[in-house]
Amino acid sequence: MGILSGLYSSSVGKKILMGTTGLFLCIYLVVHLAGNLLLFKNDNGESFNAYAELLPSLTIIRIIEIVLFAIFAGHIVLGTIFWTSNRKKRPKKYEVNKQSENSSIFSRTMFLTGSIVFIFLVVHMRQFWGPSRFATGEVSMYHLVKTAFANPLYAMFYIIAMALLAFHLRHGFQSALQTFGVSNQKYALMVKVLGIIFWLVIPAGFAAMPLFFLLNS
Amino acid sequence: MQFTLKVWRQHDRQAEGKFVEYKATDITPDMSFLEMLDAVNLDLARNGEETIAFDHDCREGICGSCGMYINGRAHGPLRGVATCQLYMRSFKDGNTIVLEPWRAKAFPVIKDLVVDRSAFDRIIQAGGYVSVDTGGVPDANTIPVPKPIAEEAFDAAACIGCGACVAACKNSSAMLFVAAKVSQLALLPQGQPEQKARVERMIAQMDEEEFGGCSNTYACEAECPKEISVSHIARLNREFLKARLK
Ligand code: HEM
Ligand code: SF4
Ligand code: FES
Repeated sequence: MGILSGLYSSSVGKKILMGTTGLFLCIYLVVHLAGNLLLFKNDNGESFNAYAELLPSLTIIRIIEIVLFAIFAGHIVLGTIFWTSNRKKRPKKYEVNKQSENSSIFSRTMFLTGSIVFIFLVVHMRQFWGPSRFATGEVSMYHLVKTAFANPLYAMFYIIAMALLAFHLRHGFQSALQTFGVSNQKYALMVKVLGIIFWLVIPAGFAAMPLFFLLNS
Repeated sequence: MQFTLKVWRQHDRQAEGKFVEYKATDITPDMSFLEMLDAVNLDLARNGEETIAFDHDCREGICGSCGMYINGRAHGPLRGVATCQLYMRSFKDGNTIVLEPWRAKAFPVIKDLVVDRSAFDRIIQAGGYVSVDTGGVPDANTIPVPKPIAEEAFDAAACIGCGACVAACKNSSAMLFVAAKVSQLALLPQGQPEQKARVERMIAQMDEEEFGGCSNTYACEAECPKEISVSHIARLNREFLKARLK
């Protein structure tokens, strides 16, 4: 706890906490995506349902879930504090400010893209996580997913949210590495490839699910 | 050439301040931006009006005092150039040029385009020095420093403390300035003994002065007249982590 509050009291430390929580969330995305790929198996949802039933019954998953909640909460609370305090550091704005000449749009909209991802998360949890944990009787998660994404509005919402997650990670992933001080010519290529996997491939994988069910409905 | 200037005029720290329009006439393309302002000020003085206050000293890109926001860019539209080395040929004849002081809570406006950058001095006082006696000139050469390391330390040492990094950053963060100083000393053997305390103290002072937190947008590197690389910020972060983990 001492280390955490010590980090929190410094602006550089806060960034390190943001980066750490952010990277943990990135790793979670990989695991989450890997499991959900079962949706694409052509067995009318049998494997996916088995997987969806197995998860809540495991104690370890329940524990990971709580840790994950804490990491999400930490990331969001810290991000909001960081953003609001930074905004106060320029009480008088510029009349003309050509930020597009010196920085990427992704880097300047992290709070916005993060907030929309947050709204997405609330909707997503209500739709899928709630029933998978608390519904009584038999639920076919596969059926739930399939019917939800047959609704074009709902599927579009998911796809747009994943595009915004991609924007968030396009800046976020490399930003976290910079925060940890990784800046070495030797690893430049590896960092670039990893970056593309995280910001492009993973959100695209998630977006493929609503697209798949929308096209097959 | 001639230009319309929209200049921020503010009488003192407490005054409200507002934009006032001026005409700059008989300007030649080979005039520097500050010479153009001198010409405008000469006209103002002749008419008995108060001249536009702006900071300047060396006029050769080494003192760091001439920073101002020109048409939405720190030190104007060019990369790697301080305002004093910007020439009027970089502007289109007849254009309107908007001039603003650096805007940041940590850099209060003193008058017109002049801001108080003493927060930077206090950051340096907090740790941007080496307190060991390095002796006379030949002694310094007895400590071997590999060429690439010396080069990188020199690159960091090129920072002129102008504040463009803060001015252009959406968070008004001073990370590039602090990183340049920390990095320069972290790379050299003379900087080692005090390294841990230096990083901690300089970052603490930076926060105390109410600069914002870095979010790695890299606007600083793009606007820095000395093109200080953000890889120095990565080194600062590493030094901070090392100091905390030890
Ligand atoms: C799956 C969800 C998410 C992932 C994987 C994720 C990942 C990341 C990563 C890797 C960073 C970079 C950290 C750094 O620069 O050191 C970051 C930064 C940030 N995130 Fe998230 N994030 C997610 C959700 C959210 C949400 C819901 C918010 C809500 C507000 C949010 C707000 C922010 C903010 C404000 C930053 C700091 C941006 C900056 O430095 O300019 N993120 N995120
Ligand atoms: S890092 Fe560059 S922009 Fe910042 S104070 Fe130094 S010279 Fe100026
Ligand atoms: S006047 Fe010295 S750097 Fe411009």
